[in-house]
Amino acid sequence: MTTGIPQSPGDGLTPAPLVSDPEAKVPPPEMLQSPRRIAWTRRRRSAARTWAAYRQSKMGMAGLVILIVFVLIALGAPLLASRESISATGAEGTAWESPSAQFPLGTDNLGRSVLALTIWGSRISLFVGLVATIISMFIGALIGIAAGHMGSWRDSVLMRVTDWFLAIPFLPLAIVLASLLGASIWNVAFVIGITSWPGTARLVRAQTLSVKTRPYVERARALGAGNWHLVSRHILPNVFPLIFANTILVVAVAILSETTLSFLGLGDPLSVSWGTILELAFSAGAATRGAWWWLGPPGVAILLVVLAFTMCGYALDEILNPRLRRR
Amino acid sequence: MSLLEVRDLSVTYRTQAGSVPAARNVNFSIERGEVLGLAGESGCGKSTIAHALLRLLPEGTTTSGQVLLDGEDVLTMKWGALRAVRWDRASIVFQGAMHALNPVRRVGDQIAEAIQLHDKISPKATGQRVEELVEQVGLPGRRARDFPHELSGGQRQRIMVAMALACRPDLVIADEPTTALDVMIQAQVLNLIQSLQADLGLSMLFITHDLSVMVDVCDRIAVMYGGEIIEEGPARAVFDTPVHPYSKALSGAFPRVGEERFRRAPVGLGGDPPDPAHLPSGCSFHPRCPEAFAECPKVEPRLYDAGTGRRAACLLVRSKNVAR
Amino acid sequence: MTRRYVLRKVIGALATLAFVLAFNFALFRVLPGNPAQILARNKLLPQDAVEQLEEDFGLNESMGSQFVKYLQTTFQGNLGISYTFREPVSGLIAERVWPTLLLIGVSTVGSMVIGLLIGIYGAWRRGSGFDISTLGGALVFYAMPEFWLGILLLILFAATLGWFPISGIVTPGANYTGLAAAADVMNHLFLPAITLTLGLIGEYALVMRSSLLDVMGEDYLNTARAKGLRESLVLRRHAVPNALLPTVTLVALNLGFIISGAITVETVFSWPGLGLLTYDAIQAPDYPLMQGLFLLFTAAIILANLAADLVYGFLDPRVRYA
Repeated sequence: MTTGIPQSPGDGLTPAPLVSDPEAKVPPPEMLQSPRRIAWTRRRRSAARTWAAYRQSKMGMAGLVILIVFVLIALGAPLLASRESISATGAEGTAWESPSAQFPLGTDNLGRSVLALTIWGSRISLFVGLVATIISMFIGALIGIAAGHMGSWRDSVLMRVTDWFLAIPFLPLAIVLASLLGASIWNVAFVIGITSWPGTARLVRAQTLSVKTRPYVERARALGAGNWHLVSRHILPNVFPLIFANTILVVAVAILSETTLSFLGLGDPLSVSWGTILELAFSAGAATRGAWWWLGPPGVAILLVVLAFTMCGYALDEILNPRLRRR
Repeated sequence: MSLLEVRDLSVTYRTQAGSVPAARNVNFSIERGEVLGLAGESGCGKSTIAHALLRLLPEGTTTSGQVLLDGEDVLTMKWGALRAVRWDRASIVFQGAMHALNPVRRVGDQIAEAIQLHDKISPKATGQRVEELVEQVGLPGRRARDFPHELSGGQRQRIMVAMALACRPDLVIADEPTTALDVMIQAQVLNLIQSLQADLGLSMLFITHDLSVMVDVCDRIAVMYGGEIIEEGPARAVFDTPVHPYSKALSGAFPRVGEERFRRAPVGLGGDPPDPAHLPSGCSFHPRCPEAFAECPKVEPRLYDAGTGRRAACLLVRSKNVAR
Repeated sequence: MTRRYVLRKVIGALATLAFVLAFNFALFRVLPGNPAQILARNKLLPQDAVEQLEEDFGLNESMGSQFVKYLQTTFQGNLGISYTFREPVSGLIAERVWPTLLLIGVSTVGSMVIGLLIGIYGAWRRGSGFDISTLGGALVFYAMPEFWLGILLLILFAATLGWFPISGIVTPGANYTGLAAAADVMNHLFLPAITLTLGLIGEYALVMRSSLLDVMGEDYLNTARAKGLRESLVLRRHAVPNALLPTVTLVALNLGFIISGAITVETVFSWPGLGLLTYDAIQAPDYPLMQGLFLLFTAAIILANLAADLVYGFLDPRVRYA
């Protein structure tokens, strides 16, 4: 912009000229596409940016690694320990053996390898946690978006009902429902899911309200967009990243809940989950017998998985929620 | 001896990005009963100076130089002596009273706290003094029992002024006392500050980015840019006939009724204030300066004589002096 | 505190209670496996008890009049008769209330005091070894099922080392009185209380820490320093009281967690409180008992939330005048 630097002091009387940009910008060719393409490209780029930021977080990466290990264990369970070895009749060792070379985590009261049990237990525990979370997020998101989007008295009613459900303590309600519905992994997942939706609903509603006020929503409305279009094309995609971090934390809580319900005897007795292992062990008197090898590993597994989910959730939350970053 | 003498004050913040100099070799002095204005854009270091004077900067900042209050160096005082000096000899009227007041305590209690820290008087006498102070700033005495959120912005700022006067300090540092207020309320609070200063013979360091406000309130003005003082002089003179190109731009940005040049285009200055972590070479103003010439990026100007009681850090001034 | 604020909170609590009563009723009548069906299946009760229950709960009448009967009996304090114990549910609850209150009381107070102190110190010395290790510790304790911690403690300190009893509230057979009896109870209380406390500490510490960190960035702390206040007093008089506010609400929020903790920990240590009673109810399954306990737990939480709201209103002047 400068034509040349004056070599000597000027007279100081001419006012400074306004800055102008001589180069007009021409939009690059990729911008001239359908709106949908543009939106998806933008989303992919912001996802890439989030991932790049996530990679910086030591806590997040550690959690992610642990999670991947457990998922691999769960998926590869048949390869790591035969299904036979965990059935009541397929026990390979003698009962109540403490850890040895053959059974690194000892055996239970039926002579089954605790290591095999723990490996297989990962499947049900992770599965129930996931299904319960999906149910919870689905209901929570439905109600949250409906409340936030529709507003006025519908919002108040929905939120009042949500508050009431929030007032009910989780475990007593879960106990009652699980008792009435009967013990099966689907029922357990269902019970956890429908008892934890209120928290999600509130969060989703808050995010919906903030997204609703953004200019592009107003613009879409002015252009004649109907409710369905607004929700599916504008509100949902923008609310989703904000609740994603919360979702991960919900999975952690769901896994803990499954463990608790199973321990109390409400889990599926025919399936092996970390919670049912603990329940069986405790009822068989493993605590008084000091059989730490039977009671320890499932708990450690739960601890690691929940820690991993929590770390990932916190790391994501820090990235997606800039207010936390200053700490 | 001046009431306040600041010599070579430098403040450096330690950040993740390295050391950032917020104030560099600042020198000024305030006599008894004098009001010195400190003007400049946001981020030029004015608030940093205000906090540095009473060592209120957060941990991780390095301060060097001297701050002589009645001959004693505040920066090297022991903690006990410093706490005695704070508020009793020099107090601050903070910007943004909503955040500078504890939201869960009554305003009267907060003023009383200051009194109790320095004057050993009975609770009853403290209560009376608090009421006196509140009335002195134009509010009814019973307002002392309110919580901060029950007062309007202007009322809160008056309370801040009342609190600053609680221990009858020699020096009051007003850090942008009217910036967060509406224009009408601004005028009221400014009048209040002015009359109190006159009545009580206070010395003041008046910090603001609004030059037009300063001209009435201050005896002298110092203009800051990029952490340094770049012009200093009597208030009227600096405002009407600024010497440094930045002061010219700052002063010129305030429209005067009747002057031709304000009728069409806004008169401003392009560009942004310099990033303290990456200051330009030589004169820190040269990238934005309309009168910059070849020597400006190379030489860092000191404060050169620019007339009676006036100084400016500009090579133009230096060459004028040389020419004389 | 304005009467309007108090009134608003009380009415809110009552409304929630009403909802819970209705919900409780619906649960046991509408869901598959309602009492009528269960009664038909249940072989534990003798015929006359079944007929009594049917009459009490009007199981042969319409849903509407059943609901009315339900409300009547509940307000009279009649929560039905336990299948397994053959006793009124309300009586059973009254018996088992005190051990649970003792356990919960000790744990809550302990975890609050220790947790808050840890949080305050962690925020004050942020980033120090203490801070980081307590953060890590809190995270770990949060991630483990609290009953599992109890099991581990039981294995180590009771079963293996023998320092503490394995179960119960008193040593069976020994009839201690006075101080010795109290000491006996304390001895039995130790492990379950530690378990529950450790589970809760983390959250108090974390909330206090983040709350204090928030407050420490506030300008009014600098104002206090400028007035000449000593740093420790700045913390004590201005920072901590303001940071405590969110912790009050946390106590109420935590109640759900405390109750589930009580249920599982009492089960692990056979501590004869409401938690163990719940476990017994599940095993049967003993529906009247479960229903009564559910109502009790929920009502307790609602009342505790109300208390927390009122305390918060007392502490934070900004809220009560709204």
